[in-house]
Amino acid sequence: MTIRRIHRRGALAASAALAALALAACSVTGTSGNQATGGSTGGGGQVTLNALFMKQAGYSEDDIAKMIATFEQQNPTIKVTPTFVAYEALHDKIVTSAPAGTYDVVLMDVIWPAEFASKGLIQDVSSRFPSSWKTDMLGGALSAAQYQGKYYGVPWGPSTKLFYANTDMLAKVGATTADVQTWDGVLAVAKKLKDAGVVQYPLAWSWSQAEALICDYAQLLGAFGGQFTDSSGKLVVNQGPGVAALTWMKKTLDDGLTNPASPTMLEDDVSKTMASGQAAMSLNWESTFRDLNDASISQVVGKVAVMPTPKGPSGANPGVNGSMAWAIGAKSAHPDEAWKLIEFLSSEANQDQFAVSQMPNWKASYQKADITKTNPDVFKAAGQAYDSLISRPEVPNYTQVSQILQVEIQNALLGKKTPQKAMDDAVAQANALS
Amino acid sequence: MTTTPDTATGTARATEYPLRRKKLRHSQGFLAFWLLAPALLAVFGVIIYPTLRTLLISFFQVDSALATSTPFVGLRNYVDVLTAHGFWSAAGRTLYFTVVSTSFELVLGLVVAGLLNARFRGRWLFRTIVVIPWALPTIVNAAMWKGIFNAQYGSLNALLTQLHLIRDYHEWLGDPNTALNMVILADVWKMTPLVAFFLLAGLTSIPTELYEAARIDRASWPQVFRSIVLPMLVPSISIVLVLRTIDAFKVFDIIYAMTRGGPVNSTQTIAFYAYTTAFSDQQFGLGSALSYVIVLAILGLTTIYLRLLRRSEMSLL
Repeated sequence: MTIRRIHRRGALAASAALAALALAACSVTGTSGNQATGGSTGGGGQVTLNALFMKQAGYSEDDIAKMIATFEQQNPTIKVTPTFVAYEALHDKIVTSAPAGTYDVVLMDVIWPAEFASKGLIQDVSSRFPSSWKTDMLGGALSAAQYQGKYYGVPWGPSTKLFYANTDMLAKVGATTADVQTWDGVLAVAKKLKDAGVVQYPLAWSWSQAEALICDYAQLLGAFGGQFTDSSGKLVVNQGPGVAALTWMKKTLDDGLTNPASPTMLEDDVSKTMASGQAAMSLNWESTFRDLNDASISQVVGKVAVMPTPKGPSGANPGVNGSMAWAIGAKSAHPDEAWKLIEFLSSEANQDQFAVSQMPNWKASYQKADITKTNPDVFKAAGQAYDSLISRPEVPNYTQVSQILQVEIQNALLGKKTPQKAMDDAVAQANALS
Repeated sequence: MTTTPDTATGTARATEYPLRRKKLRHSQGFLAFWLLAPALLAVFGVIIYPTLRTLLISFFQVDSALATSTPFVGLRNYVDVLTAHGFWSAAGRTLYFTVVSTSFELVLGLVVAGLLNARFRGRWLFRTIVVIPWALPTIVNAAMWKGIFNAQYGSLNALLTQLHLIRDYHEWLGDPNTALNMVILADVWKMTPLVAFFLLAGLTSIPTELYEAARIDRASWPQVFRSIVLPMLVPSISIVLVLRTIDAFKVFDIIYAMTRGGPVNSTQTIAFYAYTTAFSDQQFGLGSALSYVIVLAILGLTTIYLRLLRRSEMSLL
């Protein structure tokens, strides 16, 4: 009796709540249009900031712990609780935690400002952004914080993929780094290495069904003289360079020059393959140089050269723009303190201190001899690479476009479709989205 | 207890009793309600409310986790889901995963249960060891198998090349033709013990007289298996079948940890597809509709199973 009555009462209440929600013109997410982004809780109280960091590439967790310790020392009323997630989980973590306002400060990739800003997940910080920064910071890094002329974050390091070569292996076939300045040169050296039995698969790539694949493809697309989109924003990778780059990738697999496990690898796997001497050449982010020279995880310490990405038939060699930026969560209750943390993390002084892990995004850093000498090889290679970068499409539905491209590029790599057919299908699907 | 045969007080007590009992029952119900209230609250919070909320969202267009404008679109999300090519291919893969993994687990589970039921010294040790795969968290299991299947340093490639069964290393998780089967293998390894223990419970409940009678009748082993073991196991098998089918149908964690749906979406199951739609693409309305389609499919499956079970005399359900 009692239970049944409770049931009925519960059902009544539930349906009433549903009806109220459905009738009221408010959104089903419970977010109203003029949402107050809770002002700072001033008045000397202790504030805890939750910050979301990326687990791999760039700054290590130890680096971050040191940065936070310094920040907390300078700001005794603010405590920072960091959370680390793998890059592959970062986007979804930011999205799912947004309604609860879990994170005050989040690290976002260059491909997300359009999506996060247009969907209201991060705060517009244009009014806080000093105009001097717009000229003092590297342009490629700034684009990681911008959308439609507004600033939604502060850059934290520019980034691109550099080319790594095991000079020891190269020397065994009489080659030097001068021979691998073009992709044609890379192929010729790779063929020699394979024929001489120096290494079974000279090349390794991050061609897993993930964003990593798009980064590698972007760099080759640029080398073949292509772009992702035309001036109207439509995807055009099914024309000339887009197909040529993919055909080239597929051929390296067919010729046995590329490690056939590449379609399951992320950047970290590529780095490990290089570190264990199972690959002679590969593309990877700046911090890989640090890892390949870390004797605790690498067998090729001191044997690896780093340089800008090789030139393609077009003579161009743009690196993929992989910069990242700090943003304030839309529902953060402490935006002022969050901004303080971002200011500190992105400051020239802080970035310079950790230049071995990640390149600074301040132009001035590249002129300081005492900073560049901490990581001379990467400063030299990256300094050139940042002059020309290729961007991935800056569209709100980028995640979907990227997924389509990932699947179709893999279709070609695994021989399920010809490169032309795969790219035609990708373009048709992506351009039908919006 | 009184010993005086006083009829007056006796009748008084008799009229008093039902009243007190009613009161007692009422207060008991009251107590029960309050004891259950915390659980009710938890169930409401984590199951009922999200379920209703998801249903509600599935009728709206919600393009952001913090959307401010969410137009009502009626059944359009459902239409979009059912007409999407991605949905049907993911559904096909899920069906394959469910059928293959459940059948392997059932067959292997039966074998293991038979072994565990045999009398031998140290049986307890064997039973303990067998349960270990199931006790492992899925994420650990997935990481382990990912290591075994690794194309460069995985032990499966090492084993097969050293046995001269294959010449070159194979990319088990990189080949769209083998990836899903490899994930199934990992799932079967983990879930077979659970199935085995369910079936073992069924096996131990078979009276020994039946076996003795069969022996007197000189029945062969296959006959005993077909005429005694299998029919007596039908209830256990049915329960396992229902549980494992539903579980396999909504598989997500092992996919996320092992392949993330790749290569070329060849391991993308329906639950993973729903996850990507909702959280990576931020199409929460569509994702919610997709979840309800999955729920309806599972509900349909369960209904069919329960119907079949009710028809069977041996059923315990």
